[in-house]
Amino acid sequence: MHGFANPKRFLSLAQWLTPLLLVSGLIVTAVALFWGVTSVPPDRLMGETVRILFIHVPTAWLGMGGWSAIAISSLVFLVWRHPLAAIAARAAAVPGLVFTIICLATGSIWGRPTWGTWWVWDGRLTSMLVLAFLYLAYIALAQASDREGVSARIPAIFGLLGAVNIPIINRSVVWWNSLHQPPSITMGKSAIDAVFLQPLLLAVLGFSLIFGGVVLARMRALLADIQAEARLRRRALEADCNA
Amino acid sequence: MKAKHQRLILIVLALIALIGAGLLASYALRNQASYFYLPEQMAANPPEPGQAVRLGGMVEPGSLEKQADGITVTFAVTGRENSRIPVRFAGILPDLFVEGSGVVAEGRLDASGTFVADNLLAKHDENYVPRELEGMSEHQAAEMAEETTVGLE
Repeated sequence: MHGFANPKRFLSLAQWLTPLLLVSGLIVTAVALFWGVTSVPPDRLMGETVRILFIHVPTAWLGMGGWSAIAISSLVFLVWRHPLAAIAARAAAVPGLVFTIICLATGSIWGRPTWGTWWVWDGRLTSMLVLAFLYLAYIALAQASDREGVSARIPAIFGLLGAVNIPIINRSVVWWNSLHQPPSITMGKSAIDAVFLQPLLLAVLGFSLIFGGVVLARMRALLADIQAEARLRRRALEADCNA
Repeated sequence: MKAKHQRLILIVLALIALIGAGLLASYALRNQASYFYLPEQMAANPPEPGQAVRLGGMVEPGSLEKQADGITVTFAVTGRENSRIPVRFAGILPDLFVEGSGVVAEGRLDASGTFVADNLLAKHDENYVPRELEGMSEHQAAEMAEETTVGLE
């Protein structure tokens, strides 16, 4: 584990792992969505709109997974002071936000024909919207800490604080009466029939691979940024000395 | 003790306190954060007639009736413990609105104890079943309806 905390070793690993994850993720996702859209029968009540499931559920899980990654990386950064952990946390924020927004948008589109409304302020929908705002705040904070020279600990602490929302999202449909239905998949039991579940799990795998690939790509970009900055600073210093 | 162990213990304690606070707050919000009343909650603790509230439960099978004017429907929403609230609604029903399925009605109680709905939202349950399987699962459907009511808790 500690071996990968070395940025040089990480970069040589990420160099071939990034395209591998991205390409395999795109292929798996395309297969899963093609399967889900073309050869799955309509649901008994919802009919054809059930196909939104194959985007809505993976993006919802990864939206929450993204923040979990931020929280774990932030913990590692705060306790062990691994600089790579701070970079991993920052890299997970934008893909996490994008997936959360896709989840909210597909949920809204799905809600109109099934529930009869685009949006309601029930526990699940509201807590998911809060997650999107938390991502925005985290991204703003991480950028500010970068530019203003504020300690990187501040976004890390915010990443840990925001993790409180994750169990709330998960439990919102159990604790409170909500328009959103209770969880379909709990502790290895699924209320989703196998014809829907198989393409769904494949889509989850595909979206997760894409997520991992994007995080690695962003980590490489952030590391390159830091290197470029350091090089510029060194050159400016040398120029100063020569003058 | 090493500095990093101190930091770890401090952060873990802070996290436990934070998550505890979050859980307590959510637990305290249980009633306020609920999106609708269940029939048994409404029967036990009726809101003021005319106060805007939401009622959620199952549409009682066999209770759906179309009135003579053609747009008004009446049905009963049931919960657990044989609780039952009659509902009147004039308007377009959502596609997923069927007897034995979940519904959330927005409206108010009138003086006679009937819930007058301005808007109906269909509540989907957590089961995803293809159409082909539907015919053979009368018993299963009943079980599902039961599970969904449990889920409404």
